[in-house]
Amino acid sequence: MQKRNALADLKIVEYANFISGAFCAKLMADLGAEVIKIEPPGIGDQARRSEPFFKDVPDSDGSGLFLYLNMNKYGITLDLKNALGTKIFHQLIKGADILIENWPPSVAKKLGIDYKTLSKINPRLIVTSITPFGQNGPYRDYKATELISFHTGGIGSRTPGGVTDPLKEPPLKAGGHQAEFMAGLAGATATMFAVFARAASGKGQHVDVSVQEAVASTTFGDIANWTYERKVTPRTTEFGMVGGGGLIPAKDGYVTVLGNQDYQWNALVELMGNPAWAKEERFSSFISRIERWSELKPLIMQWTTQHSKEEIYKACQAKRVPCYAVNRIDEVVQSEQLAFRGFFQEIEHPKVGRLRYPTTPYKFSATPPQIRKRAPLLGEDNAEILVKLGYSKEDLIKIREAGAI
Amino acid sequence: MTLPLDGIRVADFSWVLAGPLCTKYLATMGAEVIKIESFDRPDYYRNRQPFADGIPGMNRAGSFNTINFSKKDCTLNLKHPKAVALTKEIIEISDVVVENFAGGVMERLGLDYESLKKIKPDIIMMSSSGLGKEGPGKDFVAYGTTLHAFTGLTGLTGYEDGEPRGIGGTWVDPVTGTIEAFAIMAALHHRSKTGEGQLIDLSMAEVQISLMPEAVMDYIMNGRVQKPRANQDDWMAPHACYPCKGEDKWVAIAVANDEEWEALCKAIGKPELVNDARFADSLSRWKNQKELDPIIAQWTQNYTHYEAAAILQRAGVAAGPSLDPSEVAQDPHLLKRGYIVTLDHPEVGVRQYAGIPWKISGVPKPYLKHAPLIGEHNEYVFHELLGLPTEEVKQLMEAGAIR
Repeated sequence: MQKRNALADLKIVEYANFISGAFCAKLMADLGAEVIKIEPPGIGDQARRSEPFFKDVPDSDGSGLFLYLNMNKYGITLDLKNALGTKIFHQLIKGADILIENWPPSVAKKLGIDYKTLSKINPRLIVTSITPFGQNGPYRDYKATELISFHTGGIGSRTPGGVTDPLKEPPLKAGGHQAEFMAGLAGATATMFAVFARAASGKGQHVDVSVQEAVASTTFGDIANWTYERKVTPRTTEFGMVGGGGLIPAKDGYVTVLGNQDYQWNALVELMGNPAWAKEERFSSFISRIERWSELKPLIMQWTTQHSKEEIYKACQAKRVPCYAVNRIDEVVQSEQLAFRGFFQEIEHPKVGRLRYPTTPYKFSATPPQIRKRAPLLGEDNAEILVKLGYSKEDLIKIREAGAI
Repeated sequence: MTLPLDGIRVADFSWVLAGPLCTKYLATMGAEVIKIESFDRPDYYRNRQPFADGIPGMNRAGSFNTINFSKKDCTLNLKHPKAVALTKEIIEISDVVVENFAGGVMERLGLDYESLKKIKPDIIMMSSSGLGKEGPGKDFVAYGTTLHAFTGLTGLTGYEDGEPRGIGGTWVDPVTGTIEAFAIMAALHHRSKTGEGQLIDLSMAEVQISLMPEAVMDYIMNGRVQKPRANQDDWMAPHACYPCKGEDKWVAIAVANDEEWEALCKAIGKPELVNDARFADSLSRWKNQKELDPIIAQWTQNYTHYEAAAILQRAGVAAGPSLDPSEVAQDPHLLKRGYIVTLDHPEVGVRQYAGIPWKISGVPKPYLKHAPLIGEHNEYVFHELLGLPTEEVKQLMEAGAIR
């Protein structure tokens, strides 16, 4: 059967800023959906102004974040504060299956892009709204950025773990924009459920995603710790609810090992040369090893500090011990496993040239994800999209002069 | 009342976290998820703390009961040939198979994709693993938290000394569970248009790296190896967690422009800071944040983290309490949102759980039911669904196949 794209029949309009909406749309674009990304004229999406920049030059087509997030999409500009811009937007909405937006609820209402308004224009439209705290509730109009979202979702208090001096070591956000990306992913998953809900009822849907809740969904185990045993894991604990987080120094960096099954522990002990201390009662169970981690870690270090993290990692995995090197980002990009999988692929771009990008984390046997186009220049597809809507090339000039695109 | 996945059945071989979280999301949207485990080899989380009221038991585990609610459960000892035959009968009436075994397990059982296609040609199979099903790392053992290290997330999370610290909780696993559900839905969508199923080979490590393009592209474009830098931002300041009243309580504050800076100065009773040359513009604020942070901490320490956040939000500044999970479970906003769900479980009674991170207007009542007891639906699956006479089910139990 001819290979095709799983979501090729879906028409998506993305009117969102920065990461969460863009990543939601990217997940669907990478599987074949047609995505038209709308940016404000002139200034463009915030991601165009975000690090890292190609050769550290802050050009609006040089942001690695923007280039990654917006491949496989058409790019147009629209000013929705302009009546003509709004009219064009409504024309796009009429022909769309899905709108992805991430404006604060009050802003969406003011712009007339709220679900109630748009469903009158297209009763079958699915609107996916991704906001920091959702469409209702006491924090509905709270402002947030990645930092606030990561912490109000509860995982900040579990980052890093193994804190020795809580006053000097505040709870952290993880590197990058994990909350924003996770919210975009939650949006994509929920949007697909909405597509099926619409197929059953024939009616459009409003999908309401809260970044806080997307983050909170990762802290379910610690939430259960409270609701089942009224316990809170202190930040000083190196091992959390799943026995993770323990970093052990090697000769040239760190490794992490999680030997919670006894056969894994026994294999590790064998690799370490069967030291006498490993047979002691105090280390005989997973629970006791966690409880006595401060005693156990320096003993394990006697072995690990003699070897490189690569050596330890490969020796452990050969014996089925769950161990990984703590990789720097260069080691990640150079990983032979990722190279074998073809995870990074090159794309040509008129401004930054040929660069490698991470691609998709899955392989579909019948509908393999493809890179069909690079990220758009600002307003690059205005002509194509507007002509499709019925505007002439002369109209386009006047639309631009009026500032609507 | 219709649910989006009414009529869809999932044969769920997955265990631990990512796979089961995926199938939980499918179950809440109406799919009939048949979880397959065994008394000899119960799911990992059945024997992990927390236990209800501290009393251990396979049906009393809080993480298990959160990850696996809304599912049905049957027990099959896959070492028994009759059990494997029964799994094939379940797959024959299923639409989706989900598995996250170590490499080679499904092949050894005769349950690899090519074999399953012969049983059900349009079957959708989700096969997830730490590093993918091919390559030098294809057989590596992975728990999500260890993949934080492999993917570089650990190395990018830490304090200003640059040492890798990482996340102390789970992150990669629940992210993976969510994207697995997305991928399965995409495959179901394709099947609804074409009748064609397929195999999805998903790598947890690649999922996490997909969430980290900033560091990846900085290396690819500029050869730079990024280091951790605590709570600091690329350009915003103040941008940190500040200590509050109480033990180990913090408020997160992020100021994005001059207007918000002015509002913050007024809100903390220091309007004179607006004209302080050290902080008068965003670049100066960013460069001088080491001097700025203690000034703000002097204010925050007089308030609880909720109070400090509320005062600043009223002034138009982005701020939020850094919540510990017990606070998440009791957060007034999350309770109002209905994010925390209450389920009545036959052994542990009425408890609260982390719920579903989305609302869909056409699905006002997702399917929410307590996590299954181990083997709870053996009668249903083997007698009702597969049509085996009760006597035969009993024999299979005695023979150790259903166990």
